Amino acid sequence: MSRSQSQLKRKLGEDTASLRRGLRRWERAFKEELGLGGGETSKATSISGRPIKALYTPLDLKDFDFWRDLGFPGEYPFTRGIHPTMYRGRLWTMRQFSGFGSAEDTNRRFKYLLSLGQTGLSVAFHLPTLMGIDSDHPLAQGEIGKCGVAVDSLADMEILFNGIPLDKITTSMTINPPAAVLWAMYIAVAEKQGVSPQVISGTIQNDILKEYIAQKTYVFPPRPSMKLVVDTFEYGAKEVPRWNTISISGYHIREAGATAVQELAFTLRDGIEYVEWALERGLKIDEFAPRLSFFFNSHNDFFEEIAKFRAARKIWAEVMRERFGAKKERSWWLRFHTQTSGVSLMAQQPYNNIIRVAIQALAAVLGGTQSLHTNSLDETYALPSEQAVTIALRTQQIIAYESGVANTIDPLGGSYYVEKLTQEMEEEAKAYIRKIDNLGGMVKAIELGFPQKEIADSAYSYQQAVEKKEKIIVGVNAFEMEHEPIPILEVDPTVAEHQLARLREVKRTRNKLLVKQSLADLKRAAQDEVNLMPFILKCVRAYATVGEIMDALKEVYGVYEEPTTY
Amino acid sequence: MKEKKRPGKQAPASLEPSQKAWPPHHQPRLRVLIAKPGLDGHDRGAKVICRALRDAGMEVIYTGLRRTPEEIVNAAIQEDVDLIGLSILSGAHNVLFPRIMNLLRKRGASDIPVIAGGIIPEKDIPRLKKIGLAEIFLPGTPTQEIIQWVKEHIPERSKKKAINS
Repeated sequence: MSRSQSQLKRKLGEDTASLRRGLRRWERAFKEELGLGGGETSKATSISGRPIKALYTPLDLKDFDFWRDLGFPGEYPFTRGIHPTMYRGRLWTMRQFSGFGSAEDTNRRFKYLLSLGQTGLSVAFHLPTLMGIDSDHPLAQGEIGKCGVAVDSLADMEILFNGIPLDKITTSMTINPPAAVLWAMYIAVAEKQGVSPQVISGTIQNDILKEYIAQKTYVFPPRPSMKLVVDTFEYGAKEVPRWNTISISGYHIREAGATAVQELAFTLRDGIEYVEWALERGLKIDEFAPRLSFFFNSHNDFFEEIAKFRAARKIWAEVMRERFGAKKERSWWLRFHTQTSGVSLMAQQPYNNIIRVAIQALAAVLGGTQSLHTNSLDETYALPSEQAVTIALRTQQIIAYESGVANTIDPLGGSYYVEKLTQEMEEEAKAYIRKIDNLGGMVKAIELGFPQKEIADSAYSYQQAVEKKEKIIVGVNAFEMEHEPIPILEVDPTVAEHQLARLREVKRTRNKLLVKQSLADLKRAAQDEVNLMPFILKCVRAYATVGEIMDALKEVYGVYEEPTTY
Repeated sequence: MKEKKRPGKQAPASLEPSQKAWPPHHQPRLRVLIAKPGLDGHDRGAKVICRALRDAGMEVIYTGLRRTPEEIVNAAIQEDVDLIGLSILSGAHNVLFPRIMNLLRKRGASDIPVIAGGIIPEKDIPRLKKIGLAEIFLPGTPTQEIIQWVKEHIPERSKKKAINS
């Protein structure tokens, strides 16, 4: 090797012999300063229990290949971001998940958030709607308008979006077993505003697999549920082409206790499962894949989260191109929404939650998210107050406009630590994906209880680590003190009464014959295994309720009960 | 590094006392029902509590999700439990807890103590205690604190049976 070549290697940090010497020198100094003996090491782990070194060097990236592992933004494998411009072109969408009380209450909150500069809507429905039952169902008692907005029929949906032009705003709806029903209602509201389904845009969560795995808002058994999901893919590709017909969600998997890698792996494997079912139906990969979107959690461990987002893009691009042979670049993109971690919020000294949210939000931005929800400081007590949600949104705006982090694309790209973490997470997630492949796919793995058990185990180990103070939570197991109660949102206690009155009124004034006929048609279509979307739309337009539509389908599909193990 | 005392190096909080406190297996073990009323599916907390109580030597029966007050009270009576733990994050506690307490009274089972945890605003706690809930544990409560509470408040099964007879 010539002298100039070896000098260049030294400059680039590729001269491994001198790097090794340097590393040994540093290690000696490090141990000496910490008072560690020969075999002893300083141990640290991420929040997911991953061993983390005190220092990373080019020696950790010996098998790193710039073009294979990193490349340029907007180019395969998209580790650095799906767009060439990223936040130079357009900031992430600031989309606060909100909904409480009646449709009127939530409509006011939506307009308030838009007036603050929020750039997209995200609807939280109350639990009866999420479970596909009406407000007059016995199980709905005490739940009406509590966790989200009460929507029983198209009448509620019309009020919810009153004065909000659906051709100008994008809306995300967190809804799963009855996703097709609420989506149909949104389409019907757009039609009433004179807006064509061809131009409306937004997302339905519609990710049933993570319900069995983690969030547990399931109704039908897995297989008919998957059939319904594929119906929405098929219908959306033709009739509502700008709509994201699924948001494949790791959020709830993480909240239930999964580690960062488990969140990553189970979410991507869920994605693979949806693609396989859609291909089975005969859909063309490049017709539906561009409408698949993702949803991740952003937890406390800053660099681990950033690595997770980067690894997610890279693995998905590879899966789509290599495993499924997708040809369109858009099919290779992993577009994702992020929400900061609800479970990381603490009831103790609740104002500290503002800081947790800020750190998590920053990780999501450095990880290249397409949209973001920041949690409010008071969410361990109740739904957020107006004051709390304002701080949460301002947190995003400060990151966007004051911190300077949006100036540069993937600013942590090339960090020895972040690249190494990204590689490790990619490898570990792929190992999980292979394992689930070997079990026969995700539906099979769920039926075997595999992801559920992995998550429950992780949740318990984490709790034990907290109790042994191996993991410190400020204000909970360290730095504890008394705090004053904080003001919290109170849902109007008359909401239930009003909602029940509106439901009675809808049922009294609608065309009963049309409702009966459209529900009967839906049931027959379900038995015939045809695409149900047109039939659901007919029911919805006739003001059939969420509960009535879901009941018709329950008669055909049955309901799911999970084994009560812990 | 400025701080010498790093979190990871602190002595672990002692787990010993409560683990030792529970009687060996030949003695009758406390039976606890962990129940999920309400429509929410957030079962992380409930499952962690189930495992922690089991590891502390208790017999734990978990109801699974979305149980009605009737189902919970029936299970408590049929399983002859010494304690009911309710976990709810849906916000429906002010409606569902009074119904559970009333049903327990009606069925002559109001001697079974009831504790609860979940997303419960602090200002609701006095009202819930007034209707008979023995304790409310908020998010972030260590499982050891709950185990300690049970140890202090629920008589051992052998003693309880002796009192009853």
